[in-house]
Amino acid sequence: MAEIQIKGVAKSFGSYTALHDINLTIQDQEFMVLLGASGCGKTTLLRIVAGLETATTGEVWIGGKRVDHLPPKDRGIAMVFQNYAVFPHLTVFENIGFGLRMKKVPNDEVKRRVERTAGLMHIEQLLGRYSGELSGGQRQRVAVARALAMEPDVILMDEPLSNLDALLRMEMRAELKGVLAESNTTAIYVTHDQVEAMSMADRISVMHQGRIVQAASPIEVYRNPAAEFVAGFIGNPPMNFLPATPQGAGKWAVAGQVLDGPQTQKALKFAIRPEDLHLAGQGLQAVAKVIEPLGAHLLVTCEVDGALFRAVLDSDLSVKPGDTLTLAPQSDRIRWFDPETTRAVA
Amino acid sequence: MTPRYLPYVLILPVTLFLGVFFLYPFALVAKQAFTTGGGFTLDNFREVIGYWKFPISLKNTMLLAAIVVPVQLALALLMATMVNRMQKGRDLVLYVWTIPLGISDLAAGIIWLAIFEQSGFLNSMMTGLGLVEKPITLLGYQNPWLVFAAIALAEIWRATAIMLVILVAGIGLIPKEYYEAAEVFGASPWKRFVKITLPLLRPSLQTALILRVVLAFEVFAVVVALGGTLFPVLMGQIYSYQFDLMNGGGAAALALIVLAISVVFTLIILRALRVPKGATI
Amino acid sequence: MTATDVSTGAAQRRSGHYLYAASVALLCAWVLVPLYFLLINTLSSPDTVNSFPKPFIPEFDWGSLEFFAGYDGMLKALKNSVVVAVLTMIMSIAVGAPAGYALSRFEFRGKGLFRMLVLLTRAFPLPLLALPLAVMFIRTGLDDTAIGLALVHTTLAIPFAVLITFSLFSGIPIELEEAAWTLGCTRFTAFTKVVLPLILPGIAASAIFAFVISWNEVFAAAVLTIENRTLTAFLLAKLGEAPLHLKFAGGFILVVPALVFIFAVRKYLFAMWGIANR
Repeated sequence: MAEIQIKGVAKSFGSYTALHDINLTIQDQEFMVLLGASGCGKTTLLRIVAGLETATTGEVWIGGKRVDHLPPKDRGIAMVFQNYAVFPHLTVFENIGFGLRMKKVPNDEVKRRVERTAGLMHIEQLLGRYSGELSGGQRQRVAVARALAMEPDVILMDEPLSNLDALLRMEMRAELKGVLAESNTTAIYVTHDQVEAMSMADRISVMHQGRIVQAASPIEVYRNPAAEFVAGFIGNPPMNFLPATPQGAGKWAVAGQVLDGPQTQKALKFAIRPEDLHLAGQGLQAVAKVIEPLGAHLLVTCEVDGALFRAVLDSDLSVKPGDTLTLAPQSDRIRWFDPETTRAVA
Repeated sequence: MTPRYLPYVLILPVTLFLGVFFLYPFALVAKQAFTTGGGFTLDNFREVIGYWKFPISLKNTMLLAAIVVPVQLALALLMATMVNRMQKGRDLVLYVWTIPLGISDLAAGIIWLAIFEQSGFLNSMMTGLGLVEKPITLLGYQNPWLVFAAIALAEIWRATAIMLVILVAGIGLIPKEYYEAAEVFGASPWKRFVKITLPLLRPSLQTALILRVVLAFEVFAVVVALGGTLFPVLMGQIYSYQFDLMNGGGAAALALIVLAISVVFTLIILRALRVPKGATI
Repeated sequence: MTATDVSTGAAQRRSGHYLYAASVALLCAWVLVPLYFLLINTLSSPDTVNSFPKPFIPEFDWGSLEFFAGYDGMLKALKNSVVVAVLTMIMSIAVGAPAGYALSRFEFRGKGLFRMLVLLTRAFPLPLLALPLAVMFIRTGLDDTAIGLALVHTTLAIPFAVLITFSLFSGIPIELEEAAWTLGCTRFTAFTKVVLPLILPGIAASAIFAFVISWNEVFAAAVLTIENRTLTAFLLAKLGEAPLHLKFAGGFILVVPALVFIFAVRKYLFAMWGIANR
C-alpha cells in the first residue's frame, strides 16, 4: 500500500512563502500530476515528499507511515530528475544498479532487475556505455530505468521530459505512461506542460502561487474548471472570458446577447472554450482580426464587445480579417465565474 | 536530513587553522610592534623609521613595484589577448608561459644570476659579439642601476605568469557574443579591446593587481640572489632586524608598516577598479 | 573593392600574422632561454661553471650535480623540503576541501565573513607571520621541525585549496548528490561514491599546487628552520659563500619538480581563477 497523504504542508524560505497549507491524498498506484507555471510551488512540494526539502509545517505520510523526518533513502521513493542526474563516472549498467547495490541486493538479482528495466526502456544495448556517450533522450531513459529498478512504492518525477525536443517528448510521454501503468507504483509527476498533464494523469492537481486550486481528473479539470486560473491554464488556446450582467430570473446579458445562467444577482464572468463555439444565425457578434489556418482547423482571433475572443472553426470556412461572425456558444459548455473569488459558480 | 550545524563543522578546520596560524601571530606581531618590554609605545616605529636604511629600502621597494607591476600588467594583458586568439598550439604556449609560476623567487634569482654575473651568459654573449673586450662586472656596486635593472628583469620574468593566469581565466569568461556584437556595430579590434575586454576584465584585473602588488612589497629572495646587500628592500630589512640585529620589536614594527602599505594599495585598487552592482558577466 | 585592394588586404593580414607568430615565439623564448642557461650550468663541470666565457651548449657533465649531492647537508635539506611539502599537501587538502564543499553547497550565517577571512589570508604578506610563529614554535617545541614549517606552509596554501576545491565542487551539480540520496546513500556515502570520483583529478591538482607552494617558499623556511633546513632556506643561507656551481645546481633542483607539477595542474589553475572572479 503506497498511498500518499500530504497534511497541512506549508513551506517558507525566509520571508517568501512557497507553499500554503497543502492537503492532498494520492491513492495507491494513482498517477498524480502536479501542474502549474514556474514558481507555483509544484517542484517544492515534490521535493518535500522526496525528503530533499523539509516542510516548515505539516506532515507527509507514505504507505501509512509518517516520513517527514526521514531521509530520502528511507521513504521507499525513487526519483527522476529534470536534468537526468545520470552519474558520469559509471556505466549505464552501474547507474541503473546503483540504488540496488546501496541496498546490498545480491549480484544476480541486481543483474536481473537492471536487464529487465533496461529492456522496458529499450536501452539494453547501451548497458556498457557511459553517460557522456549518450543522447539526452537516452540519458532520460537511463534515469527512469534507474528509478524503476528500485521497485519503489512511489516514483517521483520532476519535469523529466522538459529538456527533450518536441517529437521525442511526445514519444516518451506515451512510453512512460505505459511503463508506469504496468509497474504498480504510485507516481507524482511535476510539469508545466498541460498537454503532458492531460495525457498522462489519473488526476491533475493544478497549482497556483503555492496552493492547489483544483485536484480532479483531466476531463473534469477541462470541462468543469473550479477557478478562473484553471480555466485559463488548461486548454490551448485558452478559455474566453466576457463580463456578464444579471437581467433577473437566470437571464444574463453577455456582449449584447441574452443567455441562460445561474440564479444570482452578482455580476459574473462568462466563459466558453474556443472549440465550443460555432457559426450560427444567433449569437455573439465578433469581428475577425487574425486568421490562423492550422490545418486541422481555423483559429480565428476576434474582438467581441472590445475584448479579445478566440474561436476554433472548421478549416473549410473562408474568413477574412474584418469579417463579422456570429458565434453561438454550446450551451452545456458555458461556464460562469465569480470575478471576486475567481471560483466557478454553478 | 542535513543537520544545521554541518556547514560549520566543515569550515571549522580552516577557521581553526587560520585562527591559530594567521590571526594569532598577527595579533602577536601587532603587540610586539607596539611594546618594548615596558608598555605601549611607538618607539619601535620611531627606531625603524629613523634607521638610515629605512628611506632607501622603502624607496627601492616602491620603485621596483612601480616599474615592475605596470610592465607586468601590460605584458600579461598582451599575452592573454594573444592566447585568446590561438587555436592549435594554445595549450603548449600557455604551458610555456606559465612555467615561471612554479619557480620560486629564489630559483628565479639564481637563474638570472647565471645571466648577469661576471662570468655569466650576458657577458659571454657580449664578448662573443665583440661588444666589449672583457667581461664587465654587471652586478657590482659601481652599477647600482644595472643591479636594479637585473632585479626588475628577474621579477618581470618570474611573476608575469601569476597575472597571466588570472587574466586568461577572466578573458575566458567573456562570452564571444559580446565581441561579435561589437564587431557588427563597427568597433575595430583596438576599440573592442578597450571597450569590451578591459571593462569586463575588471574583477580579474582587480585580483591580479592586488595579488601582484602585495607580492611586490614582499620581494626578498630575488634581491638577495642578485644584489646581496647592494639593493636594500623592506623585506630584507625585516629579516636582518630579526636575525642580525636581534631586534624583534623592530622587525615587528617594520612588518606592520609593510602590511599597512599593502592594505592602503589594496584599498586603492579595490576602489579604482570596482565593478558597479549588476554590471558583471 | 578592387582586386588590388583585396590583395593588399590579404598581404596586410599575412604580415600581421607573421608579426603575431613572431611575438609569440619571442615571448616563449623569453621564458625558456633563461631556463636553458640554468640547464647549461647544471650540466657542466664545476670548472666550466666558474669559467668564462660560458658555453652555449651543455657539456652533459655531471660534475656540478655530483658536487651538489655531496655538499654537506644538501641531501638532508632536499629531504626536508620533500617532507615539508608532502605534509603541506596532505594537510591543506584535508583542511581545505571540507571548507570548499561547505562554501559551494550551503548558505549559512557567517558565510560572507568566512570568505573574507580566506581572501584576507591571500592578500596578506604571510611570511611576515613567520616571526611571531618562530617564538610560538620555540615555546611549543615545534621550532626547527618539519611539521612546524608544514603548518605555516599549509596556512599559505589553504586559500588556494579552498578556492580550487570550491570551484571543483561547484562544477558538480547538486542533482547528482540528490539522486544518490534517493538511491540509498547517506550524505557521506553520496560524497564518497559520486562526488569524490568526479573531482579526484582536481583534488590531485590542488594537492600538487600546495606541494609547489611549500617547495618554493623561502622566507618562512629561512626563519623557522636552523638545523633542519629545507632546500630553499639552505640555498639562501649559502648564497653569500657557496661556489657558483652549487648555486646553479641547487637552483635547477628547485626548478625541476615545479616544472613537472605545473604541467600536471595547468588546466585547474585557470578553472580556479575563472570561478573565483565571478
